[in-house]
Amino acid sequence: MSALLTIIRRDLLLVMRRKSEVLTALFFFVIVTSLFPLGIGADSALLRKIAPGVLWVAALLSTLLGLQRMFAADYIDGTLEQLALSPKPLVLLVIGKIIAHWLVCGLPLVILAPVIGLQFDLDISSLKVLMLALLLGTPILSLLGSIGAALTLGVRGGSVLMSLLILPLYIPVLIFGAGAVYANSVGLDVTGHFSLLGALFILALAFVPWVSTAAVKIAIE
Amino acid sequence: MNHLNTLSTNRALNWFRFSSPSTFYPVAGKMIPWFWALSIIFGVAGLWVSFFVAPVDAVQGQGYRIIFIHVPTSWMSMFIYLVMAAWAGLGLIFNTRLSAMMAQALAPIGAWMAFLSLWTGAFWGKPMWGAWWVWDARLTSELILLFLYLGFIALQASIDNARRADKAGAILALVGVVNVPIIYFSVKWWNTLHQGASVSLTKAPAMAQTMLWGMLLMALCLWMYSIAVGLMRVRAIILEREAHTDWVRQLNEVKN
Repeated sequence: MSALLTIIRRDLLLVMRRKSEVLTALFFFVIVTSLFPLGIGADSALLRKIAPGVLWVAALLSTLLGLQRMFAADYIDGTLEQLALSPKPLVLLVIGKIIAHWLVCGLPLVILAPVIGLQFDLDISSLKVLMLALLLGTPILSLLGSIGAALTLGVRGGSVLMSLLILPLYIPVLIFGAGAVYANSVGLDVTGHFSLLGALFILALAFVPWVSTAAVKIAIE
Repeated sequence: MNHLNTLSTNRALNWFRFSSPSTFYPVAGKMIPWFWALSIIFGVAGLWVSFFVAPVDAVQGQGYRIIFIHVPTSWMSMFIYLVMAAWAGLGLIFNTRLSAMMAQALAPIGAWMAFLSLWTGAFWGKPMWGAWWVWDARLTSELILLFLYLGFIALQASIDNARRADKAGAILALVGVVNVPIIYFSVKWWNTLHQGASVSLTKAPAMAQTMLWGMLLMALCLWMYSIAVGLMRVRAIILEREAHTDWVRQLNEVKN
């Protein structure tokens, strides 16, 4: 447990020392979502309708921006190898890195989402559903993303390749996450969407750390 | 008892003998013409049944005949993914070179099948639904399957070290397996525009007997085609990867 906390604290500390990288991903989220009303026009009925999809797609992309950092820097300077050699199980350290990534790239999106949602003229109940869906969905994004980040370590054109590998896996999260907000806006029951998101989260939590650990081991052997 | 034991170990040895590229290469070469011949026979028979024997559909008219290409290619795209993932998994577990090469050889064929399935589906959808494409659960999941194939191919192509490329590809292929049951059951789970399954293992097919035969013959044709092309591709991959070995240099086709 202390190893887990140590790795989370270390990753967060590294982020705080170089804030620009994280802030870039967040600004990307804000800018992309702000471009849509400018491109499509300020028809508030239309904006309300596309808001869930736009916010979720922007969230997927800005999570991708942060993923490159999850293992790459540690891989280049050899820290990852040292972590793998340590007596603590590697899977614990990988989980720590995933949690740190979510704290840095996922949680801020959940907090920013209502502000962006207001730009799209969403009402209070939609904003609540949007925040809850993001709260449940962004950890899945960090988990699944870690597979891509580990598989593309030290590969030519790694970041482009990673988006090709990971975005198809993100599609179910996008469908159910945006679907929950849309269902709420037309007065349908949203529990089904949240149940499916929860199921995805549990499945990802159970399997993904092991898969990512295997991928990290392949990269450093 | 003793005799039985030696028999089983012998069989195991024989089985693993073919997992070495040098023994598999000539065997594959001998098998390829047979699979091509079978593919052509099944293909001619299947096309004949599907165009001249199968009756006109009561609702969809002549246009339904695209089913004889569309359904077999969809089956193959899913089935090849499973086979590819199985080979990749075997390669990861037993560390056999040939398994990974098989997975690598199958990926483009599967991608091609997924593409054909989407393409013929679009041709079918236009007259029947009035749209080339709808965002229906089955279409979307088949599209994801195509992306998974492309991701696998791209990942393998961008890693220079062949052993690492095999292992990384294997992990990606195994993760993507989750998608296959989603495609297969999508028409059952979500009630969408794509029609339900016409053929099922548990109940009588909802179509004329001759239509079913046409579809099965075409499916067999594509099976044989995929095996033949897969073996040809794997032979090329073996030559490429084992170019430094003596047995490759001794081959007639390499010497000349």
